[in-house]
Amino acid sequence: MDINLNDLLRQFKSHPYEDHHIDAPHTGVVSFKVKEGQEVKGPSGQWLHKPGTLLYILEREKNPKRITSSFSGTVANLRTQLEGTFVHAGERLLTVQHKLNRDEIIDRILRKVLFIFRAPQRARYFFTPEAISFLEKDTDKGLSVAPGDEIIIMSLMKRDTFLPYEGPPGIIYKVYFQQGDLVEQEAPLFGLCPPGKLPFVQKVIQRIRTEWDD
Amino acid sequence: MDQKYILDSGKYLAGLQDRITYLGDIKGGLEWGRLDQLLEKVQEVRNNIFEFTDKQLINLISDLEDRITFFEERVAKTLTPIEIVNIARSVQRFTLLDILENVYDSFTELGGEGDCNIDPAILVARATLTRRVKNRLYYHQVMVIGHEKGKGEEFRNGGSAKPWGNEKALRYMKVAETEGIPIHTYIFTPGAYPTEDYPGAAQQIARNLFQMARLRVPIVTFISEGGSGGAEAIGLADIRLMGSRGYYSVISPEGAAAIEGRIKEGEKVPQELVEHCAAQLKITAKDNLMLKTIDRIIEEPPLGARREDFAFFRRLRYEMVRATDEVVLQTKSFRAFRAYALKRQAQEIGNGSGDEFDIHIKWSLSDSEKAKLLEFRSEKYRKMGKGFTESRRAISRKLEKASNSLRQSFYDLRYGLLRHHSRSVQKILEEVSSEGSIFLKTVTEPMRAAYDFVFPKPDYPTTTEVFDPFRKSIFVQDWEHYISPLANEDRTVTCPNADKYGCRDLWVPDLYGEFCGVCPSCGHHFPLEYQWYLENLFDKDSVREFNAHIASSNPLRFDGFDIKLKKAMERTKRRSAIITFDAAVHGIKLVVAMLYSDFRSGTVGAAEGEKFIRACDRAKITRRPFLAYIHTTGGIRIHEGTLGVVQMPRCTLAVREYIDSGGLYMVVYDNNSYAGPVASFLGCSPYQVGIRSSRIGFAGPRVIRETTGADVPPDYHSAKNALRRGHIQGIWDRRDFRKNLFEAMMTMGSPHLYYK
Repeated sequence: MDINLNDLLRQFKSHPYEDHHIDAPHTGVVSFKVKEGQEVKGPSGQWLHKPGTLLYILEREKNPKRITSSFSGTVANLRTQLEGTFVHAGERLLTVQHKLNRDEIIDRILRKVLFIFRAPQRARYFFTPEAISFLEKDTDKGLSVAPGDEIIIMSLMKRDTFLPYEGPPGIIYKVYFQQGDLVEQEAPLFGLCPPGKLPFVQKVIQRIRTEWDD
Repeated sequence: MDQKYILDSGKYLAGLQDRITYLGDIKGGLEWGRLDQLLEKVQEVRNNIFEFTDKQLINLISDLEDRITFFEERVAKTLTPIEIVNIARSVQRFTLLDILENVYDSFTELGGEGDCNIDPAILVARATLTRRVKNRLYYHQVMVIGHEKGKGEEFRNGGSAKPWGNEKALRYMKVAETEGIPIHTYIFTPGAYPTEDYPGAAQQIARNLFQMARLRVPIVTFISEGGSGGAEAIGLADIRLMGSRGYYSVISPEGAAAIEGRIKEGEKVPQELVEHCAAQLKITAKDNLMLKTIDRIIEEPPLGARREDFAFFRRLRYEMVRATDEVVLQTKSFRAFRAYALKRQAQEIGNGSGDEFDIHIKWSLSDSEKAKLLEFRSEKYRKMGKGFTESRRAISRKLEKASNSLRQSFYDLRYGLLRHHSRSVQKILEEVSSEGSIFLKTVTEPMRAAYDFVFPKPDYPTTTEVFDPFRKSIFVQDWEHYISPLANEDRTVTCPNADKYGCRDLWVPDLYGEFCGVCPSCGHHFPLEYQWYLENLFDKDSVREFNAHIASSNPLRFDGFDIKLKKAMERTKRRSAIITFDAAVHGIKLVVAMLYSDFRSGTVGAAEGEKFIRACDRAKITRRPFLAYIHTTGGIRIHEGTLGVVQMPRCTLAVREYIDSGGLYMVVYDNNSYAGPVASFLGCSPYQVGIRSSRIGFAGPRVIRETTGADVPPDYHSAKNALRRGHIQGIWDRRDFRKNLFEAMMTMGSPHLYYK
């Protein structure tokens, strides 16, 4: 949890990208379908069922396989010298640089800073009435949680179970679900911030919200 | 008249506005004949009504009316099929609620009212009709069921019934049957609402058809807008009437144009193509009467009846009563019917669509009359659309009939009379054997041997043969040597689930040879040609095709379809999209109907329907199980118009008769099965199974998107989801097909089957 937020912010400012390296999944002859610097799109549609931009075709044993982009971004480090040649599995072919927007940066920072408490199984989740009344007060203090505290109710098959919190003590900073939502197993329920870092995190997030230009 | 203009000038002008808007509806816009300017003029007069003198106003209105009448006459003279479609779709056209208010004396809506309804697109009402005979009033109770397009209300969904709406219709049909009252159905639907949610659009229509096939009350239907499967859900009737300005079609002209013109999703379909398709599909009342898919036309005014056309409602009332009488009288003695017909004729000549009837006919039926009613219904649908197939065989129909009746007598004797006696003998033998001592064995043994010789048992496979999971070959026969031609390629393919399950690339000769087209990693089934099933599913040399001479044709003379048909015939060396044959599985003989993809995507037309019905009858006569294996079906063939649509009730009737006679009807879906066939003779089967990786549904994703405006998940039609929704009863692996089919035949079906 010992993270220097200033360094993190500087890092994002100097390189606001997430690099997704695209390697050959198996051997074959590669034929690129994009150019350096080209904008590509990731899967789209409500169920992400529409494939992204075609990046390259990898042909092995007369089986031309269409490899599409899983991320939106810009094509970089395209190894054009490999065009039409046989490549081995794992050979780096290109990079898709995905420019992070404001919300994504906040999300990345929070994921690094916060401790995420996840749903142990697929069920409906509620905060306990005490926790709810505290959260609704909208105080600057936030709800402090210590290991063993029962602040979450898991409702499954008409049976409510109080879940004891397990993890480092902290203050609930972000809640990822709505009361009574059906949450999948391992999906995040809430994120905790170490008590000392809370004002600083809030300040950084506020700065990103106001200053960051998409 | 002049005075009337002045007193009701506002109302008059509003009426003129409606007439112009209606003309605009018919012509597809107000641009035609500068109707927009005329409408503006009427609006202007209406807005400044008090600025004119009485005389000026009379002259203005009179002039406007003359111009509108001129336009109306011009439009009526040159009505095209697409304009008739526009009339049927117009918001000013009469709806079912207008009929209930004007044709029936009183009514009580059932199963909901207005928007507080299980499906406001379907309206059910108990209604009363009075008949005046020589100044005496007689009351008839009827169950009225139909689509309500609504007067602009969004919740009516334009008369597009959801599956639960059709379920409601069926529920009240059964109520009518219990109470013994006739059913009047009114069809005002552009098509059924395409959703797979339980009970499922296709499955519910199939259930409706299956039940209506043997509903023991008279059913009369009136068609105003008959949109394919949605219309059939309540359209299997003893008499089918149609409004002269209605349309009855296999698909909307826009849908047909999108298919014919290969228009991409989201692109606009050219209006000329839509008009061309509307003309080609033969959707008007006259066309349908010519094709004999309806019985009579009810004349409407030249531009169609509207909401306040009371003369039309009077005519409709008369025709509905007359049609119900006719159905009832059909079941009575011939003499009574003739007497009635003569009287009716005289009456018609005398006063046209009068309120007076010469005789009173009770609409209740006795048990024997109900049986006759069903007989007539069956006969009617068996005749419907017949004669639109081509026969490439010299053998006459009479010879075929004679051979069928011979076969019937043989099987009745062999598996009816003799089997009955054999069962009695067997029972005695079993009793004697169980009770008797060892001494009796010497007596019964020769008798049993003689019995077994006369009535051989089917060739049951031994347990080890069927159930040994470690056997390398999946088929019991040593003769297995058929290899799919798809395997003759030296290359690899990628499983579509590779990203999800990490399946490795598959070498094609392995995949289509040893693996039977199944991914060894995730079990995905790659499509295989229908010949693979013919060779691997049935016993060696047991497949014997019949009725191969019945050929698909182009009955509507649809432009360009002859060439397409010819190409399909040349490519497949077959004459229709269905193969019907006798076959055997582990010695059990069965009849199979197979719709396959290579011929026009397995679409069903008149030839396919006829072959299916004959296969069904053959299974009934020979007391064999009947398997419908659907390699692929794309629905009803649009090029055959309503001749294709009527295959839905026709085939369902045949299936119903087969099942009622004690047969075992099984449907196995493979690859893609959509639309009409699933919504009728396939979906009505009590035993429906999907082969893995198959897709089953009513409408494809594109149609759903275009109709409902909502997208569907990519696996919406998967067999797994069909199973979850209860549309099918199981999913079979292709490699277990033969084994599962045999097990099903041994465990399912009634004792009527020949081997039971």
